[in-house]
Amino acid sequence: MSTRMPKPNSFQLLSADSRAQIDHWIAKYPPDQKQSAVMAALMITQEANGGWLTTELMDAVADYLQMSPIAVYEVATFYSMYELKPVGKHKICVCTNLSCMLRGSEELVDHLQKKLGVDFGEITPDKKFSLKSVECLGACGGAPVVQIGKNYYENLTPAKVDEILAGLE
Amino acid sequence: MVTIEIDGKPYQAEAGAMLIQVTDANGIDIPRFCYHKKLSLAASCRMCLVEVEKAPKPMPACATPVMDGMKVWTRSVKALAAQKAVMEFLLINHPLDCPICDQGGECELQDQAVGYGKDVSRYAEGKRVVFDKNVGPLIATEMTRCIHCTRCVRFSQEITGLQELGATGRGEHTIIGTFIEKNVASELSGNVIDLCPVGALTSKPFRFAARAWELQQRETIAPHDALGSNVDVHIRRNQVLRVVPRENEAINEVWIADRDRFSYEGLTALDRLTSPMIKKDGKWQATDWEKALAYAAEGLKEVVKKQGSQAFGALASPTATLEELYLLQKVGRGLGSANLDHRLRQVDFSDQDDAPLFPYLGQPIANLETCDTVLVIGSHLRKEQPLLNHRLRKAALRGANIIVINPVDYEFNYPVAHTLISSPATFVEDLAGLAKALWENPGTLVPTEMQKLLGTVSAKDNHKAIAQALRTGKRRAVLLGQLATAHPQFAVIRALAAVMAKLSGTSLGYLGEANNTSGAWLAGMLPHRGPAGLPLQTIGLDAHSMLTQGLKGYLLLGLEPELDSWNGAAALASLKKAEFVVSFSAYRTPTIDSYAKVILPIALFAETSGTYVNVEGRWQSFTGAVTPPGEARPAWKILRVLGNLLDLAGFEYMSSEEVREELRQQVGEKRPNNRLAWKIPSSLTTLAVKGLQRITEMPIYSTDALVRRASSLQKTVDATLANGIHIHPQLASQKNLSQGNSARVRQNGATLTLPVVMDERVPQESVLIYAGQLANLELGEWYGGVEVSAA
Repeated sequence: MSTRMPKPNSFQLLSADSRAQIDHWIAKYPPDQKQSAVMAALMITQEANGGWLTTELMDAVADYLQMSPIAVYEVATFYSMYELKPVGKHKICVCTNLSCMLRGSEELVDHLQKKLGVDFGEITPDKKFSLKSVECLGACGGAPVVQIGKNYYENLTPAKVDEILAGLE
Repeated sequence: MVTIEIDGKPYQAEAGAMLIQVTDANGIDIPRFCYHKKLSLAASCRMCLVEVEKAPKPMPACATPVMDGMKVWTRSVKALAAQKAVMEFLLINHPLDCPICDQGGECELQDQAVGYGKDVSRYAEGKRVVFDKNVGPLIATEMTRCIHCTRCVRFSQEITGLQELGATGRGEHTIIGTFIEKNVASELSGNVIDLCPVGALTSKPFRFAARAWELQQRETIAPHDALGSNVDVHIRRNQVLRVVPRENEAINEVWIADRDRFSYEGLTALDRLTSPMIKKDGKWQATDWEKALAYAAEGLKEVVKKQGSQAFGALASPTATLEELYLLQKVGRGLGSANLDHRLRQVDFSDQDDAPLFPYLGQPIANLETCDTVLVIGSHLRKEQPLLNHRLRKAALRGANIIVINPVDYEFNYPVAHTLISSPATFVEDLAGLAKALWENPGTLVPTEMQKLLGTVSAKDNHKAIAQALRTGKRRAVLLGQLATAHPQFAVIRALAAVMAKLSGTSLGYLGEANNTSGAWLAGMLPHRGPAGLPLQTIGLDAHSMLTQGLKGYLLLGLEPELDSWNGAAALASLKKAEFVVSFSAYRTPTIDSYAKVILPIALFAETSGTYVNVEGRWQSFTGAVTPPGEARPAWKILRVLGNLLDLAGFEYMSSEEVREELRQQVGEKRPNNRLAWKIPSSLTTLAVKGLQRITEMPIYSTDALVRRASSLQKTVDATLANGIHIHPQLASQKNLSQGNSARVRQNGATLTLPVVMDERVPQESVLIYAGQLANLELGEWYGGVEVSAA
């Protein structure tokens, strides 16, 4: 009803633990520049929500950092590390940019898609894996590169990928 | 000042200015999309690239500061190559189908593509497609056409202060939108239509109605807010098809409010009256002007002859022109009656003899943005006067302290230093406390009677804090809004505001009501003053008395009194009881049918010549842009003929200019003096209200007959908000009411069932019921006690 944005008190959607972690980041910036903590805040919120962000959660971050919701959406949609849809337990990010492509990332992608039976942006039926195409991961020296969770895996071949996936819970 | 050389010619420029400002000031054309002089720099479109000496690459003129001795080439081989390359990139994803685009013919991209683009596109790949967004009833979107200049995003952030639009996604996937679809809720939102350089954001009501080259442009003055915003109307075949702002730094800068932009839709409303109507033997019949005016004159003469001239009164809307108001009071006074008024939304007239010449802002409009401290008393400023609010917003963003005293916790789109929420009953008490807090060492500043009154008042801590704030800063102002004017204790509020202004050394001003409220005062459309503020011996009835005591004959100009006045129910009852009512109205409604004997169709905004006087006292005259529909005529012409038919002297005008000049000579150099224009009240007692208090606000899109019929505006969030009874959630739960349910509302013996709207802005001891709504009409008075229970 009101045009006031963001919704007042929507920050309560964030857990006390998340808020404590966000406060740690807010403290790093001058008091009138709370919004500088938006990237960290989104990351913390995303991890607490099983790897993805809902509109309500982004609104909550906006309220907590006293930003307009659209400014938070701008950040969350700009960076590839934020997810706006549910992801699998293991998020497999395959670099498809130039260096990796020259070193065989297309072959990796084909292999992964066949093996898991999903396309980019999709989750396996058992919710264990999701596949994502990303731009340069900054590790061209080890191309082709795949990021799974927080780990980088370099100089990959389909066989190596099979090995890695087999080792994941 | 520095000297720079552009295209081989020397120019003087302010140090620190951007190149594009210098070229714009000197008429040198540089193409651009993202740059706008009222918005921050984005330098994102790169269209304004120019060659600068010693710079290795072309530089964007919008973000390159001038330096002494700088040499710039705007059309060198290098500059042109850069501009052409940028144009080619911009057109990669832009559809090349101008013939089906609403912006075609007035598109910055189209124009510049002609100047800088290639004749054939080299791009053969697929183009990006973006789904459209529904951003409300005023703005149409076609987001595939967007070139990401971000003017609209910066506008929503920097001008409206409600960041509603944003750029989500990245690179080729960038999309301008609201992310989650919602109505854009700003009262200035329509300006993005002008800002958008392409056909991505266009006017929804105007969509596909005409091509730019079919339109003719006529200058006029906007007919709603107290600023008198300068606008151009675009017409085709005698029809107003849209309204756009005309730049005037002193008044509306480059903006206009949505109300001024879209109200033209009301010109072609279905209930527009196109021929004079008279009611004879209980039946309505259309007739010609001669018969209608003779019938009207006869009826008015009859009332005056039989019941005396005091049984007749004239009421006018302050949206009428200066000339119309002047002639109407001349007709009224000619008939021997002083019952003349335009102040239908006021109820306390006890200090009217001491009021200023007209409700003056106290300073030029543009000066508001240079204020350091401003106290706003009783105003939902964002919705009352959107562009005055914008000036205060600029001041606030500069660091000014804005202090607000309101009955409802309205939203402001800028930081407010102090907010004091005071119910109608405690309003005077709070203002007195504030005055007391300012009264440390009054000396002779305040008259002794006033000192006595304030003697027993005690100032609370929040009063002291506000008083402290009001003393700081160089340029300061106290401003009274519409919620103060409509308050049953307006005279006391005015007196206390004047005392505060005096004690703190600030200026005192009024935020104004309609486009020609000042004009109505100057024209003498008042019971106690003639034209140019001339004091009178015999004082007539004020608007409220006329409509509650009841007269035998009324002449109404541009009014729907049941919606326009402080007590619509009583107004309607009085009109129905009257013997002879003549309504000058552009519209015919069942309500007018129920009380009038004659309805005379009048011309509206853009259809008549005339003058409006704005809140700073500026006279702005205009000519008609289109002729009124059917038999409708400008009201000043009708009044002139009516004056002659009534055998009154001095109605031989040939043009509206003659009427204006007659009044202008009487006004001469007279100016209002707000600081002296007030009266010492007899007491400072608070309003006695039992139970819940009603608060009433005239919503932004219900202020006059024209805007009430602007169909697109009536679909906005602001218009739909005006429904029902607004109640704080806590109070609602006590009363067993919830959102969407109905409540039984009882006031002055009338009972209505209204939908419940949860509204956290409303304080606990009050409910907010909007004015100007037919559904709430029977409740009557704008203030007073109401009983609310679950229905």
